[in-house]
Amino acid sequence: MVAEIVPPRASSQPDNASQLHSVTRRAALLGAAGIGSLALAGRAAQAQPAKPAEIKVGIATYLSGPASVFGVPGRQAAEMLFDELNEAGGIGGVKLRPIFVDEGPGVDHFVGEYRRLVQSENVNLIFAGISSADCLACAPLSDEMKRPTLLWDCGTQRVFEDGKYEYAFRPQANATPEVLSALLYLLRAKPDFRSIAVVNQDYAWGRDSWDIFRTGLQTLKPGVRVAAELFPRFGATDFSTEITRLLALRPDVVLSTTWGGDLDAFIRQSNDRRLFERSTFVLPLAESSLERVGKSLPAGHIIGARGDHWFLHPNPADPALLARFTENYRKRFNAYPIYSTHHMAQAVFAMKAAYEKALAAKGGGWPTDAELAAAFRGLEFPSLTGRIRIREDGQGLEDQLIGTTVNTDKYPFPVMTDMVVFPADTVTAPVGQKSLDWLKTLKPEMVQAMPQPVAFKP
Amino acid sequence: MADWLSQNGLLLGLAALDGLSSAAAIFMVAVGLNLVFGVLRILNIAHGSLYAIGGYAAASLGLFLTARGLPAWMSLPALVVAAALVGVLLGPLIERLLLRRVEGQEPVLQLLVTFALFMVLEDLQKLVWGVQPVVSDTPVRLLGNVEVPFGADTIPFTAYQLFVLPGIALLTLVGLAWFLRRTLAGRMIVAVTEDREAARAMGIDAAKVTLLCFTAGAALAALGGALASPTASLVPGVGAQTIVLSFAVVATAGLGRVEGAAVTALLIGLGRAFAVYFEPELEVVVPYIIMVLVLLVRPQGLFGTPETRRI
Repeated sequence: MVAEIVPPRASSQPDNASQLHSVTRRAALLGAAGIGSLALAGRAAQAQPAKPAEIKVGIATYLSGPASVFGVPGRQAAEMLFDELNEAGGIGGVKLRPIFVDEGPGVDHFVGEYRRLVQSENVNLIFAGISSADCLACAPLSDEMKRPTLLWDCGTQRVFEDGKYEYAFRPQANATPEVLSALLYLLRAKPDFRSIAVVNQDYAWGRDSWDIFRTGLQTLKPGVRVAAELFPRFGATDFSTEITRLLALRPDVVLSTTWGGDLDAFIRQSNDRRLFERSTFVLPLAESSLERVGKSLPAGHIIGARGDHWFLHPNPADPALLARFTENYRKRFNAYPIYSTHHMAQAVFAMKAAYEKALAAKGGGWPTDAELAAAFRGLEFPSLTGRIRIREDGQGLEDQLIGTTVNTDKYPFPVMTDMVVFPADTVTAPVGQKSLDWLKTLKPEMVQAMPQPVAFKP
Repeated sequence: MADWLSQNGLLLGLAALDGLSSAAAIFMVAVGLNLVFGVLRILNIAHGSLYAIGGYAAASLGLFLTARGLPAWMSLPALVVAAALVGVLLGPLIERLLLRRVEGQEPVLQLLVTFALFMVLEDLQKLVWGVQPVVSDTPVRLLGNVEVPFGADTIPFTAYQLFVLPGIALLTLVGLAWFLRRTLAGRMIVAVTEDREAARAMGIDAAKVTLLCFTAGAALAALGGALASPTASLVPGVGAQTIVLSFAVVATAGLGRVEGAAVTALLIGLGRAFAVYFEPELEVVVPYIIMVLVLLVRPQGLFGTPETRRI
């Protein structure tokens, strides 16, 4: 983008020779540095920015480490969608350019990358990221640097429950609806279960998601025995001890919010040792593993997709849009799109909708960063399967799809049947309420009020 | 105590079985690193990458055999063949091109060089195998399950976990011990490990011993990965996670001690299994608790010998 670099307070510069002479070299250098940095961050102060040559979007995703199983598909989806947008003329006639950065090295590195994207690359927006820690770090940064930021994939509900931000928005759900909808589905599908065990990865997501599930469970079905709480290390490849323990305990239900290679290994090893025959599994992230684990994941277990998305969604708002995305993605990357590709699509669609809203509000004039950020608040935009609304607190309201695995001849991996799409507002904590407090107010009647399941249609 | 034992005796038995197979896997990961450090005195950070590449190579070979419709039993020797190939191809290359150049240099420089190599190999691995998890579980399915009695119930274990992993770990331990103590080449390695200068003075070609040792270490790392590949999903980053545990084992065992690695792996494997059964919150930290406790009492490690400093 060709930014007009306007010193914010030109009139405050010394205007007579004696004053100039009294300025030391050190003070001059410091002043110049200050003016330079203000100028770099000063685009928001412009009353009427010119239409840029291109829209630069910084995208933080995992390109290395175990989470690259989501991060790389996310990048691929971004590349495909940016290409499609540019072929269609861009946004407001301006082409887009993604600049990818790796979340792999950790949160400190990411914070540096965020600042670099704003100060050196001068990006117009940032999509960040997959890691909840990165989202918690960059939400305050977005306000500090006044750069619109979309939290495109991270799950922690704490971002908007613990803070208020002007420039950070999430065009997708958070952990609370993702986990609560799986619990509600379980309570409806298997109402008589008496014991449960959890096997989650030993890091923030594994612990937080269990807190959400357990709190909801204690409220909606008190008295269920927690047979075991197992938290193998993140990145574990061998679950044999945990599986033996579960085989001996025989809990009615095994919950695991594990993902990626860890989940693949857990599913395969559980299948090898026939644990699926003894317990019903609830795997809220298993949609992303289906193609890889194939029929190692047997029929009759509950799975989710972290939102209202799946390439075989039972009731997409625009079936042609979903089919085109799935087909294009498959052709280009030789795999079915998983949930992180849908989350990336939601970020891209939200960006497009917000620009169009801001442009319309100014009668076609190019929006400032502040005007663009304001356009995200209350924004409604299409996803690949339905519609999403960004609430006044910045949190997206996204429905949740949960189903039960079934094997068919059409696919070499299980698909979902008895699918339920939970309306977002029934499973998301209201604005201003903390999830764990809200979960304690739930009533068992909500289990009966959930929508009817839809069977898989071959 | 007697009451607790009578109530939990069966569980202890199950935990011991899990601990044994876990110990076998840990031993296979750490023994190569221990051997390499003993001779080269270089803490090889890239050991984790060799583990990962061994795993990926074994999985790829297994998938290739399956795709070609070759008999399933071939997937078992394929694990060893893949590991040997990785060791023989990468071991000499790394030793000749990189490690030989930093021999006798500052430890910090050696660490940096092997760390750089680790980064390069991580990227190479992503270039070749991508980022999606890779697995080939034919060996596990081929061997089937064993039902272990548990009161009136039975618990299915995979034969691979119960027999193959501990069996190969035991063979490796006995084979290495025999090789190091009973063969001329092994004794030359021990001599170089104990005193490189004295060994050279006796006419031992230390450079050749180093090359042999590093190649064997690389092959053992690759074998660790290959043996894990039928059950684990191989993903980017698996090498980094492996190297941390390997360092804990090697430090606890005493650097350069093969039997020490076996005993430490057994302690950690059993410790982790018992933790999962009786105090799951401790599972992740068990290896490090054992390491700290051992190093507090024996700073040189379980089987290490205190070194005298030369002035």
